[in-house]
Order: sequence, then C-alpha cells, then structure tokens
Amino acid sequence: MSAETPSPKPREPQTMPSFFAARPTRLTLFLRNFLPWQMWRFTWINLKMLIIIRRSHRSQ
Amino acid sequence: MARVVVLGAGISGHTAAAFLRKWLGKNDEVTVVSPLPHYNWIPSNIWVGVGLLSEEQVIFPLAPVYRKHGIEFKQARALALHPEGTESNPQPFVEVEWTLEGKTGQRENVPYDFLVNATGPKLNFGATEGLGPGKNSLSVCTARHAAETASAFLENVERMKRGERRRFVVGTGHGMCTCEGAALEYVVNLEFELRAHGVRDKADVVFLTNEYQLGDFGMDGLHIRRSGYITPSNILAESLFAERGIDWITRAHVKKVEAGHAWYETLAGEDREISFDMAMLLPPFAGVGLQAFGRQGEDITARVFAPNGFMRVDADYVPKPYEQWRACDWPRYYQSPVYKNLFAAGIAFAPPHPVSRPFTSPRGTPIFAAPPRTGMPSAMIGKAVARSIADMLRGAPGPTHTASMAEMGAACVASAGANPLKGTAAAMIVYPIIPDYERYPEYGRDLHYTMGEIGLAGHWIKIVLHHMFLYKARLRPGWSLIPE
Ligand SMILES: Cc1cc2nc3c(=O)[nH]c(=O)nc-3n(C[C@H](O)[C@H](O)[C@H](O)COP(=O)(O)OP(=O)(O)OC[C@H]3O[C@@H](n4cnc5c(N)ncnc54)[C@H](O)[C@@H]3O)c2cc1C
Repeated sequence: MSAETPSPKPREPQTMPSFFAARPTRLTLFLRNFLPWQMWRFTWINLKMLIIIRRSHRSQ
Repeated sequence: MARVVVLGAGISGHTAAAFLRKWLGKNDEVTVVSPLPHYNWIPSNIWVGVGLLSEEQVIFPLAPVYRKHGIEFKQARALALHPEGTESNPQPFVEVEWTLEGKTGQRENVPYDFLVNATGPKLNFGATEGLGPGKNSLSVCTARHAAETASAFLENVERMKRGERRRFVVGTGHGMCTCEGAALEYVVNLEFELRAHGVRDKADVVFLTNEYQLGDFGMDGLHIRRSGYITPSNILAESLFAERGIDWITRAHVKKVEAGHAWYETLAGEDREISFDMAMLLPPFAGVGLQAFGRQGEDITARVFAPNGFMRVDADYVPKPYEQWRACDWPRYYQSPVYKNLFAAGIAFAPPHPVSRPFTSPRGTPIFAAPPRTGMPSAMIGKAVARSIADMLRGAPGPTHTASMAEMGAACVASAGANPLKGTAAAMIVYPIIPDYERYPEYGRDLHYTMGEIGLAGHWIKIVLHHMFLYKARLRPGWSLIPE
C-alpha cells in the first residue's frame, strides 16, 4: 500500500487548468505530515474552533 | 402538560429533541417522528463511500436511546400539518404515516402544542434525468447510498489492479446543488484511496461542479489570511486538486445521466458530455413535501411553505438583487410567521435567498451553488429552537434564543485522506457563515477567525469529531456538555 503523491501523468501542461493553480512546495508538503508541527496545529485549530463556538453561542 | 413534536431525527431534530427533554418538565411530552429507525452521522458517510467504514459504524438505532431518555419515538413519516386543528377540535396536529414493520402504512394524527419541523432535505434526484442510485450514478447522502458507492468503488479498484483504466467523475448532479464541500471531500478521499490501493496511475479523476469557481461552497467563497496574503478559497481548492492530479470542470449543470455518460450545460451555454466508469454526483435539495391544511380542510401549504418545499420562517423573503442581499435577511428564531407554535430547524427552513452570486446561462438555466446547509448551524438552530420553546412554555411571550447563520461561525473539517500518520484534512473555520458586508465591508467575514489549512491535524480532528458526535448523539453521560 502506498500513499505517496502521484507521479504527474504526461500531459500538455498549459492546456490543463491545474497549470495555473498554486501548488504546495516540498516544505509545505513535509509540514502537513510532520508530527511535532501537526501536534501544535491540532492544539491551535481546536482552540480556534472553541473560540468560534463560544462566539456563536454567545450571539444566541 | 404540554406536548412538543419534533419531525425528523437528523442532526437538527435529534439535537432539538434531546435538549427539549432536558429542559422541559417531567409531565411534558417530547415526541420524535422520523421514518428511519436509525440516526446517521452523515459527515462520516464519506468514509463509508470509499470502503473505510461500514454502514453500521455511522448509524445506530434510535428507539433504545429515546426509550432510555423518556422521548416518545414514532417511526413514521409526517405528511401534513394541521396547525388549526379541525372545525370540531382546534387542537393542532400532524398527520403521519407509520413506516415501522408491522404498522407500515397506518395513519395517525399526532396532536401537538409546539411543533419543530426538522425534516431535512428531499434528495431530489428526480430533478436530473437518470441521476442517482438505482439509476446511473451514485451518492453518499445516506449511509445506504454510501455503502453501495463503496462496493462500486472497490469493484473498480479490482479492475484497475487487473490493468484496466477507469474514469471517476465526482461532483454535483444539477446546476442548483449545494453541499459542494461534501463532494470535494469525497473526491479527495477517493483519490487518496486510489493511491493507497496502488492504482492511481490507472485512474482519471474529474470533479464536475455547478460552482462558479472551485471553493465557492455555496458561501460565495471565503478569504483566508495566510503566508502574507489574503487568499480566496478558489486558489486553495484548485491547489488541492492540482497537487493530486484531479481535473475539474466548473459552472456545469448536469441535465442527463446515462450508463457511463453525463450530459451537462455550461454557463456559457454549451452542451458537453463526459464519460465515466463510476460517477458520484450529489442531488439538488428540496423540502420533503409536507402539506398544510386549515381548520376547514383548505390547502394552506403555500402560506406555510416556500415553493421549494422548505418552511417559511422569520426571514426576509422579499425578492431582491444580489447587490441588495443583507445578513439581516436571514432568520434568527426560525419561527413560522403564520403559526407561533411552529418552528423549522436545520435544512428544513427556507433560506431567504442564495449566498453565492446567481448566474444563468444564455438559455436561462440557473447554474450556481445553492446556500450552504452544514451540520454545525443545523445543530445550533435545533438547540436554540428547543430553548425558545422551553421558555415559551414557561410563559415567555415569544422565542427567546436566536441562531442566525449571519451571526454564527461554522467549523468544517473535510477529510482529504484517512490515515493516522499519512492522512490529511482541510480544517476550515468561517465566521460568520453568511457574509455580513455591513460589519466586515471588505470580505464580509472576520478574517481573524476565518481560516483554512490542510494537514494531518485536520484528520485527527475529524476522527475526534466522528467519535465525539456519535457519543453525544447516543446521549451518553455528559452529552449536553459537548458543543454543537
Ligand atoms: C455526504 C455529506 C457530508 C457532509 N459532511 C458534513 C461535514 O463534514 N460537516 C458539516 O457540518 N456538515 C456536513 N454535511 C451536512 C450535514 O449533514 C447537514 O447539514 C445535516 O445533516 C442537516 O441536518 P438536518 O437535521 O437538518 O437534516 P438531516 O440530517 O437530513 O435529517 C433529516 C431527518 O428528517 C427525517 N425525515 C425526512 N422526511 C421526513 C418526514 N416526512 N417526516 C419526518 N421525518 C422526516 C430524516 O429521516 C432525517 O432523520 C454533509 C452532508 C452530506 C450529504
């Protein structure tokens, strides 16, 4: 079982809409699955979600 | 003694019923009417649809939970509201038809003092010729649909392992669909699983959507502050697809699906066709088709419900152009303007207008995303309505609690591959859901709170949410402390 990023298939790049899309750099891809960084992001996103939930409930 | 009847046991109705039971007196009755015997945590249907979870892992039977908590459960489908009762008896009632084995087809009039309509959407596959399970495309809208989709997906994987090339088309099956976020979630999960099965090189994956731009999500898109830029969501969604080799077609109204082929009209007015080996295309939503009758039996459906079948509430339904849409058009109390003891919660209420800018093709076909119908507001509306009813039963002159989508945020985690170490998910927070250009003139939203990022942390959050919300829905100890 492999779950790596797929190798690009042969295509004429300029004809594909994806040619004009932003793509993540290797560092971004690495950070997405880098455990220490992701643990911090887990805490941070949860905190942000809690703030939004509190704000939304407050408006009730 | 009062009787509150809740129609529907989805995210919104189930939340409303649970809080009503908690807040009403012992002598008050809470009755839930819903046609299916189980609760379905719909967001996890995505994982059922790629074969990662079984149908049983996202549903549980409602009857034992309701029995334990003193909520009466009628496994039945609501047909018609009689908010004025009859000439001989002014007690309001709802006419239901049982779906429980042994009682199937039997009709009953259920009286109520307050009624919450939380019947969610009718999955309107009929709007597009040949669309939907049992016809020529698949769906993940119900746990059953998702399980069927998983079988088809895994069969295609087997074929690819034998060397065949397959094309997967995922997206929206009509020009007026919503839930594009769910379709996006399914396509990235499908792509991830193709890689996990080692057959990605044998697959073409295409996302076909009615959105004007990717990342619109029926919310007119959103903006996120990151890496020194304020970035619109289409950039992020396109990036996600480009990275994964998923092609996309936007501004498409699918008008016909046949075995292996879908025909669609573009916003430019062109007719196009796409072939596929497997297509998962979401249907447009409509109201479930409840009727309403007055005291003398006269049909008052048009007074209580909008033409699309959703229930009219305290929103501003006066038609106006996009430029004049305002956050305050959106409902706050979800109370019927005609009957004060009638509320609509979750998807069942009629939105005043879309959120995304409406477009029509040169032939007059509307092609744009319908308003967002996400889970968090559905649950919060259910809770606010329950609180208002409890207060009104104690003497409050009107509803006391609000849950305007223009005043609340939503957190949405879209799985982008399920693996505890290699998986990712896009965690998105948007505040408020309905853009408010009076409070936030530039982007309509508070950019301090609106965010989106992809990473493994999002996947962990998605797993936590799956277990936490199923725990809460089972009404296990401490359930009410878990936020909506
Ligand atoms: C595939 C998919 C993935 C999703 N993922 C997410 C996500 O990740 N995050 C998120 O926030 N939202 C998500 N959503 C949206 C979310 O599921 C909905 O917002 C939510 O289910 C709406 O709740 P509801 O109670 O209004 O409707 P529903 O959950 O649809 O419940 C409606 C209930 O009414 C019952 N009913 C129907 N007809 C009748 C009748 N005539 N009489 C009585 N009862 C009736 C139904 O059986 C059901 O019990 C997703 C949606 C889909 C389709």
